[in-house]
Amino acid sequence: MKQKSHIKGWLYVLPALVILAIFTLYPIYKSVVMAFYTDYDFFNDIVYAYGFDNFIYLWEDPLFHRALRNTFIYVLGVVPVSIILSLAIAMALNTKINFKPLFRMIYFIPFVTSVVAVSIVWRWIFHGDYGLMNYFLGLVGIDPIRWLTDPNWNMPALIILSIWKGLGYNIIIFLAGLQMVNTQYYHAAQIDGANTWQRFLNVTLPQLAPMTFFISIISIINAFKVFDEVYALFNDRPGVANSALTVVYYMYNKFYGEWDFGVASAAALVLFIIIFIFTMIQMYIGSKRVTY
Amino acid sequence: MKPLSKTFIYTFLIIGSLLMLLPFVWMLLTSIKPSFEVRVMPPIWIPSEFRFDNYLIAFEVAPFATYFMNSMIVTVLSTIGELMTTILAAYAFAKVQFFGKNVLFAILIATMMIPGEMLLIPNFVTLANFQWIDQYEALIIPWLASIFSIFLLRQFFKSVPDELGYAARIDGCTDWRYLWQVMVPIAMPAIITITLLKAIGSWNAFLWPLIVTNSTNMRTLPVGLTAFTSEAGTNYELLMAASAMIILPMIILFVFLQRYIISGVSRSGLKG
Repeated sequence: MKQKSHIKGWLYVLPALVILAIFTLYPIYKSVVMAFYTDYDFFNDIVYAYGFDNFIYLWEDPLFHRALRNTFIYVLGVVPVSIILSLAIAMALNTKINFKPLFRMIYFIPFVTSVVAVSIVWRWIFHGDYGLMNYFLGLVGIDPIRWLTDPNWNMPALIILSIWKGLGYNIIIFLAGLQMVNTQYYHAAQIDGANTWQRFLNVTLPQLAPMTFFISIISIINAFKVFDEVYALFNDRPGVANSALTVVYYMYNKFYGEWDFGVASAAALVLFIIIFIFTMIQMYIGSKRVTY
Repeated sequence: MKPLSKTFIYTFLIIGSLLMLLPFVWMLLTSIKPSFEVRVMPPIWIPSEFRFDNYLIAFEVAPFATYFMNSMIVTVLSTIGELMTTILAAYAFAKVQFFGKNVLFAILIATMMIPGEMLLIPNFVTLANFQWIDQYEALIIPWLASIFSIFLLRQFFKSVPDELGYAARIDGCTDWRYLWQVMVPIAMPAIITITLLKAIGSWNAFLWPLIVTNSTNMRTLPVGLTAFTSEAGTNYELLMAASAMIILPMIILFVFLQRYIISGVSRSGLKG
């Protein structure tokens, strides 16, 4: 029912717009401004001074460097493994097998569950003395690992949990992509005598490239925002001696722990810039690439 | 397909499935163990007796009944509210021509790339000015609209042919009635998808409720659970019982309504 009715249109949009204006649009502007608050009285909402001091502080704060480094390590640890595993599982699910919906459901379950709750379950699994993980490692002759109390093992524990949690989402996106793969090329390659591996490499993979790229960018962006897992896995601490401090955790500490709104906002802006760069890469390559 | 490769695929998928399910199974088994069978090595898989009252004990040790009620209230109200604003806005963006529509829509879509974590601090200040900190308002009202949901439903509404609207108009149907009696029923699959994704997100939300609640009786389940872990310490059977209370409702919801959730996720690919 296409019709010109300006007032009606705006009235229909109004309820959503009021909420979005107050809690999404205005804070976007405000969060940028707040990053330049260098002297701020939160309780009376008065700003005494503006400047670049917050960014200089971040530039010089070894903890922020550590947060950035940990976040990058986390992204590099989670994303490639998760992509490869989920692609392999999606391809296995895309064959003519029985119980396909059951398998798909099982892999997707972690995605619908509370990050905090599953992280606490994993905290129990990673328990140094009585954890399942060390029990299984012990069966193959590996000595117990102090996953949660040895700073060197905090990041690996976090990465394992995150891969497990995020697998189902990637599998679903890959499955949707695999359904669009043109099987004619596949049969043609088969007739030409290509074996399974060659068909995967030369037919399936090129057709999946745009989708793999898309999932990679989404995964990278989400991985940069990691917080809940860290908080719950290490019981309200960013690992032992900040060994699992991430950018959002740093922001949270500055904001909620130290009430330093300026530095916290500056850290949030840095996070946004990193994410923005990846979004731009995605849009740039996405617009150039011709999909099959 | 060769039988050998088929066996390989089944083995691969079954081992993977077991690894996916193991944490949940282990959670449930631990949650019903007597405490002396919890911290033992090698682990005891099947408890010698089933202590279902661990769940009741968890309810007594911490105010989980309050947390549960809070989570229910927040999830139900913010889901219903978001649905209302979404249906109206999505209809306007799909079917009504109004001044500034395309610009407004483009602005809203562009904001989707902003990480929500960035809006946390200014929103906290806004809510403090409204004196809503530690109130239900803070947990619900900021979440009453979602650009993602509007976008998803608009796509669905757009696919409904305009001729249907013309016919309804000739029959004397008002725009308002047309929306609720024709468009909404047609779009029901998309609406169910939006409802479920929202309910799951709201139930599991953590960082926002953590920041805007101070008092014990305003906590939602995930916030209450993290507080409980400090209190319960090493009573893992109680911790697992409490975790199961958060996890199981969503798994049950998902098992029965999975096609809506999966179709929403695979169609959008936008939400992480």
